[in-house]
Amino acid sequence: MSAVLEVSGLSVRFRTDDGVVPAVNDVSFTMGQGETLALVGESGSGKSVTSLAIMRLTSGEVGGRVVLHDTDGATRDLLTLPESEMREIRGSRIAMIFQEPATSLNPVMTLGEQIAEPMRYHRSMGRRTALREAERLLDLVGIPDARRRLASYPHQLSGGMRQRAMIAIALACEPAVLIADEPTTALDVTVQAQILELLRELQERTGMALLFITHNLGVVAEIADTVVVMYAGRIVEKAPLRPLFERPLMPYTAGLMRSVPRLTGLRETLTAIPGNVPDPALLPDGCSFAPRCDHLEAGRCDARVPELDAASDEHLVRCVRWRELAAP
Amino acid sequence: MTLASASTDAAVVPRRGGRGLRRFARHRLALIGACTIVFLILAAGIGPYINPYDDLHIDILHRFQPPFVGPHLLGTDQLGRDMLARLEMAGRISLTVGFAAMLLSIAFGTIVGMVAGFYGGLIGSVLMRLVDAVLCFPSIFLLLTLAAFVEPTLFTITVIIAATAWMEVSRLVEAQIRALRDRDFAVAAVALGASDRMIMFRELIPNAIAAVIVAATLNVARAILLESYISFLGYGIQPPVPSWGNMLNNAQEYLVSAPWLAIIPGAAITLAVTGFNFLGDGLRDALDPRLDVR
Repeated sequence: MSAVLEVSGLSVRFRTDDGVVPAVNDVSFTMGQGETLALVGESGSGKSVTSLAIMRLTSGEVGGRVVLHDTDGATRDLLTLPESEMREIRGSRIAMIFQEPATSLNPVMTLGEQIAEPMRYHRSMGRRTALREAERLLDLVGIPDARRRLASYPHQLSGGMRQRAMIAIALACEPAVLIADEPTTALDVTVQAQILELLRELQERTGMALLFITHNLGVVAEIADTVVVMYAGRIVEKAPLRPLFERPLMPYTAGLMRSVPRLTGLRETLTAIPGNVPDPALLPDGCSFAPRCDHLEAGRCDARVPELDAASDEHLVRCVRWRELAAP
Repeated sequence: MTLASASTDAAVVPRRGGRGLRRFARHRLALIGACTIVFLILAAGIGPYINPYDDLHIDILHRFQPPFVGPHLLGTDQLGRDMLARLEMAGRISLTVGFAAMLLSIAFGTIVGMVAGFYGGLIGSVLMRLVDAVLCFPSIFLLLTLAAFVEPTLFTITVIIAATAWMEVSRLVEAQIRALRDRDFAVAAVALGASDRMIMFRELIPNAIAAVIVAATLNVARAILLESYISFLGYGIQPPVPSWGNMLNNAQEYLVSAPWLAIIPGAAITLAVTGFNFLGDGLRDALDPRLDVR
């Protein structure tokens, strides 16, 4: 599996009236071709900012490196590219789909024109050719009666159909990386499953890498190969899907899993994690999760920010006590 | 990658005409407005070829003929010129000025507002303060001052009227673009690699077009009125060439003895202005696909 996108030491800071707010700190991960990496965390954990920083769409100050590997083996650091070159990458090498399909489509343009748009930017396709291609894409993402739908406006479609249309737009230029920022959150459960299935299918066909951002662990279990758990702007745990779900090392990850409703087995009580994600401007000195953690050990946890430890080759965890906690 | 192999079917080009037309036709007043405007344009356009009388032909023996009685359908004025012929020729001038001034002011106002709203910050502030500054002049005085310095021709009058009418359009467009710029679909367009110009013209302006169209129709009405003002005050279209405004100017002396001299051009102005206003209303509905009931 060859690497497509390497993110290393990514940080995003926002200058506000109340001082500098670090929203993302030292985030690193690598995505291979055909790999699905799920970025998991609560609201405010910095997962969306991370994705926007990769696309260079955030207004914050971005540090670190985001290296994109081209098909010919060349590499480019997206954070240092001139804006015009970045514009060519957006939508053609890296595409993005958003949470709200209802508002992410232009209300006064037909679906056909919106799907045709990126092909016209990036491949300088003519209107007719692009519309023919759009019809094929609508078909590909499972919108019935594609030809007639080309002339539809977004308000004439259901939520699931709109998200399919968004996916069609994102796929128009066959991107190497697709960033999906909570693409199923606004949809109802049956439609969610269909969209996930569609994404998985398309990924198999095209070999694109999928960066899937979500707070929903159920969705993660469905789609991810690798899971990166973020908390307060930092990666707190990173592992392949199975090891992470079978043996979460970071108390935060474990807490997240206990708070997911299950249909199997007896009806257990759901455990919520007490408290909220801390304000990124007022992070505690030590582990950011320490104030909410059941296993807090004063003097160790709140002394300094723990390092990201390697529990195994593929399993990273940011917790000073993971060894003791993992022991039975 | 297997996303290749485009289908070879004939191109499918979505049509956008039909539904908008139906929405427009449902709007009774707009239809009346549109008919009025078409009627006025036809009358001004082909009327002079049908009417046997010349608008500049003086016939002192038949002056002050009242309308609907003699061979002159709408009567004659103080020099015995045929009122219908004058009204038609004046309509050409007034409608031309109205449309041309509207196009100019809309184009300029939209571009200023769009750039200011999209970029915001320093550029936006400078542009919008400029708009405020121009708005500070009472437009009728600005108009008269300019008209006093510039030789009145069709072209200069059009430019002068446009120069006093673009600011509201700028404000309107700026507010719309500023709100639209942060909408998800605009961000999505950036994420697809669209350039600033593409985003402004392809994504944002079409969303603001309904407001611009309404402003445009109101601007035609306004330009016709302004042309009447300055011609009425003697700075506009110069006699003997007729315009609806300078016809009114001539009529004021005979308001009691020959009221039709004022009523007829006055009615033409009223018809044109209300017609455009109704039309604007209907167009707003017709251009908004969200109002489409399915």
